[in-house]
Amino acid sequence: MMEMRASFFVECEELLEALQDGLATLEAGEEDNETVNVVFRAVHSIKGGAGAFALHDLVRFAHRFETMLDELRSGVLSVEPGLVRLSFSCADVLADLVRAARDGTEPPFERIDQTMEALDEMIAGEGEEEVTSADFQPVGLSFDFDLGGDAGGAGDSAPPVGHVITFRPAAALYASGNEPRFILKALAALGPVRVKVLTDDLPTLDSLEPEASLIAWRVHLDADVSEAAVREVFEFVEGLCDLVIERPGDAGDAAAPGTTPALPGTHPVTKATWGLPPAPVPTASAAPAPQPTRPAASGPAASGRPAEPAPPARASAAEKSADKSADKGGDKGASAAVEAKGTIRVDIDRIDRLVNLVGELVINQAMLAESVQDAGLTGHPNVESGLNEFMQLTRDIQESVMLIRAQPIKSLFQRMGRIVREASSMVGKEVHLRTEGEATEVDKTVIERLADPLTHMIRNAVDHGIERPDGRIASGKSRTGEIRLTAMHRSGRVLIEVSDDGAGINRPKVLAKAIERGLIDADAQLTDSDIDNLLFLPGFSTADTVSDLSGRGVGMDVVRSSIQALGGRVTIQSEPGKGTNFSISLPLTLAVLDGMVVRVAGQTLVVPLSVIEETMSLTSEGLASLGSESQVLRVRQGVVPLYDLGVELNYRDPLDTYVGRIALLVTLEDGRSVAIAVDKIEDQRQVVIKGLHSSYGRIPGIAAATILGNGQIALILDIGDLVSRARGVTRLRDTLSLAG
Amino acid sequence: MTDTARSTKGSIELLSFTVGGEDYSVDIMSVREIRSGTTATALPHAPDYVRGVINLRGNVLPILDLAVRLGLPHAPGADARHVIIVVDVGNRTVGLMVDAVSDILTAAQDDLQPPPDVGTGGGQGHVSALFVMNDRLYRVLDLGSVLPAIALDAA
Amino acid sequence: MSLEVLAVDDSRTMRDLIAHTLRGAGMTPHLAEDGQHGLEVLEGLQPDAIITDINMPRLDGFGFIEALRADPRWRGLPILVLTTESAPELKQRARAAGATGWIVKPFDAEKLVKALQMVAG
Repeated sequence: MMEMRASFFVECEELLEALQDGLATLEAGEEDNETVNVVFRAVHSIKGGAGAFALHDLVRFAHRFETMLDELRSGVLSVEPGLVRLSFSCADVLADLVRAARDGTEPPFERIDQTMEALDEMIAGEGEEEVTSADFQPVGLSFDFDLGGDAGGAGDSAPPVGHVITFRPAAALYASGNEPRFILKALAALGPVRVKVLTDDLPTLDSLEPEASLIAWRVHLDADVSEAAVREVFEFVEGLCDLVIERPGDAGDAAAPGTTPALPGTHPVTKATWGLPPAPVPTASAAPAPQPTRPAASGPAASGRPAEPAPPARASAAEKSADKSADKGGDKGASAAVEAKGTIRVDIDRIDRLVNLVGELVINQAMLAESVQDAGLTGHPNVESGLNEFMQLTRDIQESVMLIRAQPIKSLFQRMGRIVREASSMVGKEVHLRTEGEATEVDKTVIERLADPLTHMIRNAVDHGIERPDGRIASGKSRTGEIRLTAMHRSGRVLIEVSDDGAGINRPKVLAKAIERGLIDADAQLTDSDIDNLLFLPGFSTADTVSDLSGRGVGMDVVRSSIQALGGRVTIQSEPGKGTNFSISLPLTLAVLDGMVVRVAGQTLVVPLSVIEETMSLTSEGLASLGSESQVLRVRQGVVPLYDLGVELNYRDPLDTYVGRIALLVTLEDGRSVAIAVDKIEDQRQVVIKGLHSSYGRIPGIAAATILGNGQIALILDIGDLVSRARGVTRLRDTLSLAG
Repeated sequence: MTDTARSTKGSIELLSFTVGGEDYSVDIMSVREIRSGTTATALPHAPDYVRGVINLRGNVLPILDLAVRLGLPHAPGADARHVIIVVDVGNRTVGLMVDAVSDILTAAQDDLQPPPDVGTGGGQGHVSALFVMNDRLYRVLDLGSVLPAIALDAA
Repeated sequence: MSLEVLAVDDSRTMRDLIAHTLRGAGMTPHLAEDGQHGLEVLEGLQPDAIITDINMPRLDGFGFIEALRADPRWRGLPILVLTTESAPELKQRARAAGATGWIVKPFDAEKLVKALQMVAG
């Protein structure tokens, strides 16, 4: 049961996503009937499931929302901006309710009530209908089939002294697929019955009409049940038969104890085509046949009798065929679409275990390659090709496994849509969120851990970036501001951009604030980009500098460190009057990377290949000193600063000379190039990322660790972080004075 | 190491070892394994008592030089033949580099006494109890306090 | 004899619940995710009854029932409609389309089994 509940919530997320998609389509003015239907069905399905799990708040709200959508569907309401906005709000509340139900937390009642009121206004005129009426009564799900002996009819005050039921089916009853046989059986389940077949209507054989309904029954039910319980048995055939329920004695029947058995051949066999054996019409002697003394519903299904397990092969075959036909099937409808791809749900732990094992495989492969080399077998053609194939296979497995963890970033982007709506309404701005590249796939963990920083950036953009409507109009912009959220894959990384068309960063203000907070000297000479980057300084964003909205004690420094913790980097570009652009660059996966293995000061380190533009040997012509402690490297496009990796990691003092060492030319996220001096390049290979965070903590300039083929651990550099903290010392003062 | 570490009521099993020439011990329930030292990969910007990290069956294990941590002199030549005691502390696993592992001792809880207050000398803060056995004074290491605090702060 | 029942619903949760309930009652469930799919699945089956949702993509419940009733093979097959509303119009509409009976949501295992027994034994 818990499993089903969990599966319901998973489905809810899919339905909520479909709902968002549909609403976005409506918002874009591309509505068609099917879109409205999809939206309606999403809400409808959530309501249906919620009812089964007795999630009353959710049912109540979903029902109201559904009512509005139904009116939209039937044309009573039409798609207009107000309705779309309200629908988005409703979708948000619905999501809140779903998650509150799932997590057992308190839903935001105030917001729910407000939204309900707005819904009522929207459907005003027909608003009298109340959900809590008999129309839709949520009841809990009972799976034990224990009825407590009461087959219904609570509240019926008639003294239960038995009933005489006269039941005369009309021809339409058979046409509807109903079967008097089962109805009589259900009656018999209520208590001891005596059944008499009334054959007075039977025509003579020559005038027999095969399709006509000719037989009637009179049933004496000696059971302590209410009339309502009896009527319930006839619920489906109401209007399809003559039904009289009387007290014993009222019925002028003189019920003969022995009843006439049904005439063979007179029973209308309408089902013969699909192969049910025609059963004899129940008679008095047949009455005890359904043994249970419990009411019909609980009888055969009762927990007392071990349920016969459904033949599994059969069931799974049906499911298989379901999948198969879904394959060619529809791309409409949320769950249909999801299942249409033939997906399975797998516990994330199992995938992580697989990821780890593949990680071990990669390490093993590296070790094997090393052993082969040590054994002097490298030249052997069979060994060589075998090893290459092994390497290729390992890499393929690696990539496939990583793909399992990848998810489209869409769900995250959808959540941001909500942030924009809420944030903009809170500060009285009009903001539209445009998303691009929603299908871009990113590691699941990255998506999860990106939610907070992204939320913060979006709030910032609404709060500080986008101007108020009048301000925008005054500066010749459209009234509604736009935030663009884009995702794409670029050179082995995922690039996510958050940009707004707002006022841009107010640099004089930022500068003044930084000086006021003592973050920089009052006479510091900063470039525009330097000023923009002040936003990332810890302590820049504090309570009095931000509104309710983006406040909450989180600054851009936290945003940056959470992105860095994912092996990512965030940079900022801003143009006054035009807007601000944050770009986040993330590794595709958190499990492996292509790295260059280098040696410096006797240590082995790994530099992510993605940042390295080129490598070169340092020559005396290329190097030039800058100031008393630094050197620069001349490269084709100009001059770049030189950093000694050994110095920056505190492994050694600056060398007397770097001539003959190797420089890695690295491009940083902000576009700057720097040269990193190392002693030697050892190898270029795929390495498995082992986090240091949980076992040790964060080390400046270090992203993670890996295990090399020789079993030793090597650290993986975070070049951007390293350079941002770098001292840039590549000359020793005393060497200098000696030389001078 | 046995599964019956606490089989005797009111007693505790301790792994004793020497570091910087002194006798120390840790609750054997914290000890995961003992292994001979391998070359650790140095961590930049780490405190001096953090030796670096080693590969423990595919996991990254930080190694603490316990002598340095406790402010004790290194036994001469200890580097060449040190032993690593792998311990679980909370949800973290670290390796403690010591001179040598001695024995498994069973001490009665009653025999353990809190360390007397002797000013603020180095290392004293890392001892949670003392006991005497076979005429030797053993210190019970307070594992929580020897972990590098930087690990969390810098995160 | 275990009843074989085809359940048609676009909600996976509903399908799961129905299947679970049917198995619990000793019946054999077969599942389809909309009317169109239901018709396809039926090709390999001889079920004793069908339970169908109304609101579904591609082919909704009414269309599904009408299609079944138009096919001589399924003319007498008991079909229960799962509906959220107990409104009389809806029942009328379901009956007009050829439904045998209905089950008003919220989903209730006991009601479901009882209804099935009323139409299929």
